[in-house]
Amino acid sequence: MADVELKQLHRRFGEVVALAGIDLDITTGEFVSLLGPSGCGKTTALRLVAGFDRPTSGRVVIDGKDVTDVPPNSRDIGMVFQAYSLFPNMTAVRNVEFGLRVRKQHRADRNRRALELLDLVGLAQAADRYPHQLSGGMQQRVALARALAIEPRLLLLDEPLSALDAKVRVQLREEIRRIQLELGITTIYVTHDQEEALSISDRVAVMSGGRIEQIGPPAEMYGSPATPFVAEFIGTMNRLVATVADDGSIDYGGLRLRVEAARGLPRGERVLCLVRPETVEVVRANGTPGEGALTGEVVSNTFLGSTSRLRVADESGERTLTADISTTQGIDLVVGTKVVASFPADSPRLLSLADQPVIPALDPDGQ
Amino acid sequence: MTPRRRIAPSAVVWLFLGAAYFLIPLAATLLFSLRDDQTAKCCTYANYSYILHDPDFWSTIRLSFVVALETIAITVVLLVPTVYWVHLKVPRLRPLIGFLALVPFVVAPIILVVGLLDVYRGTPEWFYAQPYGFLAVVYVVLAFPFMYFSLDTGFRSIDVHTLTEASQSLGAGWPTTLWRVILPNIKAAALAGSFLTLAIVMGEYTIASLSQFNTFSVYVQYINQNKTYPAGAITMLAFGITWAAMLSLLAVGRGQQAPVTEGEK
Repeated sequence: MADVELKQLHRRFGEVVALAGIDLDITTGEFVSLLGPSGCGKTTALRLVAGFDRPTSGRVVIDGKDVTDVPPNSRDIGMVFQAYSLFPNMTAVRNVEFGLRVRKQHRADRNRRALELLDLVGLAQAADRYPHQLSGGMQQRVALARALAIEPRLLLLDEPLSALDAKVRVQLREEIRRIQLELGITTIYVTHDQEEALSISDRVAVMSGGRIEQIGPPAEMYGSPATPFVAEFIGTMNRLVATVADDGSIDYGGLRLRVEAARGLPRGERVLCLVRPETVEVVRANGTPGEGALTGEVVSNTFLGSTSRLRVADESGERTLTADISTTQGIDLVVGTKVVASFPADSPRLLSLADQPVIPALDPDGQ
Repeated sequence: MTPRRRIAPSAVVWLFLGAAYFLIPLAATLLFSLRDDQTAKCCTYANYSYILHDPDFWSTIRLSFVVALETIAITVVLLVPTVYWVHLKVPRLRPLIGFLALVPFVVAPIILVVGLLDVYRGTPEWFYAQPYGFLAVVYVVLAFPFMYFSLDTGFRSIDVHTLTEASQSLGAGWPTTLWRVILPNIKAAALAGSFLTLAIVMGEYTIASLSQFNTFSVYVQYINQNKTYPAGAITMLAFGITWAAMLSLLAVGRGQQAPVTEGEK
């Protein structure tokens, strides 16, 4: 098990900056996810840790030892890849044994160890099958067992579940976490799926443009996003571009909304008000415009199973709020229903826009 | 239950025509080879006996076979790591190498051999005057396109990058990765290239004749010119021997077959 430090890691590909200097400390036994959209540099960072690529500048330190120039086969790191990477000419058990064979371990010992690991990932019965006889999920389990067989000090997982269907993905990510906790192995997990990252990690690092935007425990990342990008990327979020009005309220396109976080901020300052849809309450309008709330009509109602996602817009259509409400409540609020949408004053988070341009708002569904 | 696939009548006709195209000349040659060399009457094994008792037959076929194996060995040793490296590190060079591989097709063997005889003039006699030296090197050039395109197809059918990185992450160096991971997975392609190389070397006449080496094809040509019916016999024998050589290569190169478990895909 290992401590990992990434120190000012830069990687350029010609004119393209893939990593713009990231610093990251990971403690022994920790499970850290690198989360971000395609091209944010997360896989590049992982490949630098694995040794498959060299940084333009910066260092990779494992257990206090600089391994930046150490070749990948000498780093003692296990890796599971996004693409199916089992050796097609070997059975599952031979695949798992491979690393031990390279280390010249005795045949009986390596076979016993391989079978133990296949049992750990629930595939003891498939030991003699070839990769083409295994499903995608089974192949990734064998790949995990193979990576763990060499007892690596660090485990790297590069979007290992992205090629699998949704149900298997959820099942397997829970297994990965269970095994990681059982073995206490330091793990770096790369994914673009925020739900995946939030559900299994000790800490999540959200990356954008080759930088780490924010790193923290999942609850903190979800509840207190530090930047508009993180707020947008993690979960669904209402993004209201507003100005600070009186003490404790904001002006959202002429609509006054109470927000505790605005207290103490200079009047007139541009802010981004972030409101989680699950904190928004929607009730039928009783005829009189609601104070401190958005009065309008339901413009869309999407069934999501146990919840429904409502989009409420005022008459002008410029001010909108998205709300996640229970399906039993949402079933009556069909499109066109006059409603009032509001949120508790202490739930939104405010980010100052004084120093940064406003990121164009995405669809609150996160699409 | 999977429904049985019906073969379309047109497919049967085409299959029959295709088979006839290859089998009729073969059958005709077989019948021709069974005629008596003096009376032209059917049927006798005398022509086969004559060929099989001719010491030149055995010496030339041994020479051609050894040169073919040598050519295959050199080509595989040169091209497998090269094509692997190109796919892994410099894939943009693939079109260039593909173009270079076409050159032996474009340059006629007679021009090739004259040029190469000139190029290698002055090299040591053990190389220049020996079929196992000069001839093998020339045949490597001839085999280049066949082996290259076979290997290229093989490498394209596997995920070279991921397999290499997976192997390295497990502690394997380049030789282990190439020998234990890459080579077994492109074996079919390497075998296909080897079959083609074997067939080419066993049948190549122009270069061997001009460089004055008495290979199997030169011997076949000699029999064809001087013996009417034994020529048919040697054609059939050459055909059978080449196929036998290919099958033995296949048997040697065949690895462990994946066990097919009942009920699995």
